[in-house]
Amino acid sequence: MREITFVEALNEALHEEMDRDKKVFILGEDVELAYVFGVTKGLAARFGKDRVRDTPISELGIVGAGVGAAMAGYRPVIEIMFMDFIMLAMDPLINQAAKLRYMLGGQLSVPMVVRTPGGGGVQYGPTHSQCLEAWFMQMPGIKVAVPSDPADGKGLLKAAIRDDNPVLFVEHKMLYKQKGLVPEGEHLVPFGRAVVKRPGADVTLVGVGYQVVNCLRAAEALAAEGISAEVVDPRTLAPLDTATIAESVRRTGRCVVVEEGHLRSGAGSEIAAAIQQEAFDYLDAPIGRVAALDAPIPFEPRLEAFVLPNPDKIAKAVKQVLGAAV
Amino acid sequence: MAAKVKSKSASRSLSRDDYLRMYRTMLCIRRFEEKTDELFMAGRIKGAVHVSIGQEACSVGVCSALNQDDAILTTHRGHGHSIAKGTRLNEMMAELLGKATGLCKARGGSMHIADISKGHYGAHSIVGANMPMAAGMGLAFQLEGKGRVAVVFFGDGASNQGSFHESMNLCAIWKLPVVFFCENNHYAVSFHVNRSTAVRDISLRAQSYNAPGVTVDGMDVMAVYEATKEAVARARRGEGPTLIEAKTYRFFGHSRGDPQFGPYRTKEEVERWRKRDPLLVAEKMFKVTEAEKKAVQGEVAEEMAVAVEFAEKSPEAPLPSALEDVYA
Repeated sequence: MREITFVEALNEALHEEMDRDKKVFILGEDVELAYVFGVTKGLAARFGKDRVRDTPISELGIVGAGVGAAMAGYRPVIEIMFMDFIMLAMDPLINQAAKLRYMLGGQLSVPMVVRTPGGGGVQYGPTHSQCLEAWFMQMPGIKVAVPSDPADGKGLLKAAIRDDNPVLFVEHKMLYKQKGLVPEGEHLVPFGRAVVKRPGADVTLVGVGYQVVNCLRAAEALAAEGISAEVVDPRTLAPLDTATIAESVRRTGRCVVVEEGHLRSGAGSEIAAAIQQEAFDYLDAPIGRVAALDAPIPFEPRLEAFVLPNPDKIAKAVKQVLGAAV
Repeated sequence: MAAKVKSKSASRSLSRDDYLRMYRTMLCIRRFEEKTDELFMAGRIKGAVHVSIGQEACSVGVCSALNQDDAILTTHRGHGHSIAKGTRLNEMMAELLGKATGLCKARGGSMHIADISKGHYGAHSIVGANMPMAAGMGLAFQLEGKGRVAVVFFGDGASNQGSFHESMNLCAIWKLPVVFFCENNHYAVSFHVNRSTAVRDISLRAQSYNAPGVTVDGMDVMAVYEATKEAVARARRGEGPTLIEAKTYRFFGHSRGDPQFGPYRTKEEVERWRKRDPLLVAEKMFKVTEAEKKAVQGEVAEEMAVAVEFAEKSPEAPLPSALEDVYA
């Protein structure tokens, strides 16, 4: 274990997996020099430009080509520079990758990873700040990973590359420079296994992706006020480990679900529905939700902060479900 | 420049057996499609079917130039390509009838036939969706280095999708072993190609990607074969994609919701094309004798009967199977 950043952890995962399996290759815009976020830095020099391939700005083409290469037995890792750009590649992802195995009677599978930075907080405005994971969570046939720290980033990315299904791998931009202890060498985090990131007794906070960090910050602040918050990180939204979440809620009796996607029909809607199915009798208050407000993410810093979740909003929601004076 | 390739004479590299095999496959497609139409009209095939009657020379001309481990990707109108690539007929008919023994276990139906064991990587029913996939398969084949080629079938309508242009570009810049085969049957449902497309020959679009583009007579199986053979050889040499446009015609409507002679095309137009029926063209070109014709017709009729019987006697897909293979 040593402390490295989220970007370094992902980069390490890519190095290790490309080293392990010659079928793994990378396609994306500016992946050779990796100027934008740097996740693929050094890979072209190490593995050659055939396996780390810069592409034209052609998201539909790139993701579709990933599907085809996966059908032919390769394991493409596609980088989409901003999650928002995935909208240009919805057909290959949703109509093809997610359905091909099923639609062709199990004759083949599509082992493809689409990595992409999502989320706001960096003043990129409405079309470079979205968290769209809920869209994909709804779709059978595709898996969705939302790591929240460097160790999970590495372990989930390695697992995603080895997975025989298409995986959407969401990297929140605010995480890239965050540091954390990461195991060296082989480290796999299985999909569909949530983890308690901070134990607590009074309320369960379920965070999605970067919002786990904000939940931990809120929990810290709440602790100073004598409120013990447990933070659960589902780590993957599809599959979703509702058992671990429900188990926590059964102990605490209260829950706030926090995500950076929009409130309406968000990942939190599904998580809250699962909680009321699996832990209804244990709930002492309605499930709280914190999410991006139902407006596009504005550019200007104050407006952006107003729309996005933050530790204060989370703490306030916790106090509400605890019935405390806000 | 888009060159005109016109082949009326049979290629020297093929034997008489090869010609007869090509003719036989074309007839097999014709009979399969007729049977499909009949079963659909009788309500025994559910959903949608798009028969390819009139376009048999394209399917057979292309696939005759391929090896089994070469890949094809086709469209919603893909029965002909499927048969020409060697797709198992019984299992294909079972798929159309929605049976457990179907190639796709009754989940895909007519628009998603695939037989990976024969190099048939699927019918893809979103118009244009198969082209980026073909580019990706070409990329995989290039990395693999075994000389395999991917051929993608699409129509005149699909050549207006962004996916066509993005895929042509990717294949051209990386010199991927992909053949783009456009069956220009002149109509995207009811929309004529002259109204949808600003160029007269779709093959001209290859120029934008610095790739060869050729237009061939899509009713002449040998013209299609020769053009494909050349494109495939070029792809195997690592010289990149070729765009082949075959001018062809569907004798039936777009699907069964659409009459053969709708308000969008005249009976005279259909009759004019029917005079160039690819089966008649092949019979004449290959000098198929009456005896040969009769023998082939008998064999094909038998194959169809076997396929339909297999499909009809096959069990229904069990309900729980609707939830299988969602994930690997």
